[in-house]
Amino acid sequence: MKILVLLKQVPDSDEVKLNPETGTMIREGVGTVINPLDLHALETALRIKETGDHSVAVVSMGPPVAEEAVREAIAMGADKAVLLTDRKFAGADTWATAVALARFAEKEGPFDLILAGEKATDGETGQVGPETGSMLGIPVATYVSKIVELDGSGITIEREVEDGKEVWKLPLPSLVSVTKDVNEPRLPTLNGKKLARNFPVERIGNDFLAIDPSEIGLTGSPTRVVRIGTPKLSRMVEMYEGSNIRDGIDEIKKRLVPYLEVNHE
Amino acid sequence: MNDLLVIAEKRGSEIHSSTFELLGKARELSMKRPLTVSVVILSDKSVEEDSSSSLFSGGADRIILAVDGSFKRFNFEPYTKTLAAIVRKLSPEIVLAPATTSGRTFMPGLAALLKTGLTADCTGLDIEEGTGNLLQTRPAIGGNIMATIKTPNHRPQMATVRPKTFSPLKEAYQSKCELVHFDVTPDLTQTAVKLIEFHPIGEGQKGVQDAEVIIAGGMGLRKVENMEPVYRLSKLINGTVGASRKIVDSKWVGHEAQVGLSGHTVKPKIYIAAGISGAVQHIAGMQTAEFIVAINRDRNAAIFNFADIGLVGDAVEILNELAESLESEVKK
Repeated sequence: MKILVLLKQVPDSDEVKLNPETGTMIREGVGTVINPLDLHALETALRIKETGDHSVAVVSMGPPVAEEAVREAIAMGADKAVLLTDRKFAGADTWATAVALARFAEKEGPFDLILAGEKATDGETGQVGPETGSMLGIPVATYVSKIVELDGSGITIEREVEDGKEVWKLPLPSLVSVTKDVNEPRLPTLNGKKLARNFPVERIGNDFLAIDPSEIGLTGSPTRVVRIGTPKLSRMVEMYEGSNIRDGIDEIKKRLVPYLEVNHE
Repeated sequence: MNDLLVIAEKRGSEIHSSTFELLGKARELSMKRPLTVSVVILSDKSVEEDSSSSLFSGGADRIILAVDGSFKRFNFEPYTKTLAAIVRKLSPEIVLAPATTSGRTFMPGLAALLKTGLTADCTGLDIEEGTGNLLQTRPAIGGNIMATIKTPNHRPQMATVRPKTFSPLKEAYQSKCELVHFDVTPDLTQTAVKLIEFHPIGEGQKGVQDAEVIIAGGMGLRKVENMEPVYRLSKLINGTVGASRKIVDSKWVGHEAQVGLSGHTVKPKIYIAAGISGAVQHIAGMQTAEFIVAINRDRNAAIFNFADIGLVGDAVEILNELAESLESEVKK
């Protein structure tokens, strides 16, 4: 079985800057790590690999510096690491990112199972997984908290939703995005780290993917960030401090009294 | 006239409150740009009459009903294909859906099929003067910023919105009450994906999302033992305990209590933030509370910018003092 894991590299610090012109993130010069939630997708793949004759490839789209993040996946046990990197991909929104990932999956595939994390810790949209699945025309299950069973006939999963827990069986190929409840990701082993150090990470640009330039990068992105601002200060705060604190407490008390569970002893 | 579609969120056979919140917002947008507001319901059976009348009075000009056995619970392929067919037929300008586990899944699937943009978890929606574009505002990465996003050259413009972000209409809308049945052809619902089991969550577990009063703790409480006064106060007033991301990550409380971008969005009558500094992700989850109390030792903490009352001091002492004072009220 061929498994593909979608990884995003995210900044390893909170010191992210935005390009004021385009409103997109400046990724150059910032250290990156694998999005922590994607590690659960990778762990899911690695556990499947351990059960039989399966291979695990990881793919990420990003600037050359993101190579270090995908290399980490090799150290954990992935067999193949690919970085989609091209100046033309820069500034992509979720739709234009999914276009590139889906095209890669088609060209290098077919993959039997594609795994993704719930969302990235920086953008927090969770859109790229379902968008990619939709573009590939395969079934998608999100918010998966448990892999119940996987065999030639399909994958059975549990997903947690607002009103309960669902168990679904999906045929293969399918795309499954997992939450952090699905497993605890392993740490790279020393041997894995050694292997990863000189492992050839494959770099793929649009020469290979051959996507219409109007569908990639900032040009291909339907959405545009038009304004960046600080959240509006919508309230006039009344401050209490020092000797006034008591008045402040009384003020809160006044508002809470109606909620008291009255005791008629 | 231009169309705006709200994709209804169901809980069992009921229409979820988040649908009415989006209708409220849709009516607001229609004041700036003439829009026919439709609710799209994908269901395994026809809607009850009181559901449809409440949707009409809640702001819908039209209900578009698509009935098929495969819509009993959310399933990716039947949902995205049917919604794509409905959108292609109507060519709406705007499509909105609640940012729930299903909305956050079918909306990207739908955007991919329609080759258009989608903005997740919007906290603000507006119409841009002149262009008529939908301005979609959401909290963005890391720092203290809000990003406003638009989809200038693609239609429809799509957005998901967290439940409890907007308010439903207060007064009943005078609707034309148009009910349209969409013919669901078998090619739209063909799927090899099967629901094996469903285990509903038991009743009576009212979460932080439905709470009227929330007392939320943050790292400013310093250690897990100091959550005690939070529980004490919460018990007294039948409130619900909330939490910042940091104390959930530190396992002081479970994830179900987390308020903010990666937790729940809440809209209680009273929100008390105790020892919470006010990271933008947290603010995004509670700023629409009716009344906000902030307690923090750092008088420059960002949380005070979003509060109605701010107390500078030790949250543990202040909460205990407040609890004592309320206890004496009970004994009176």
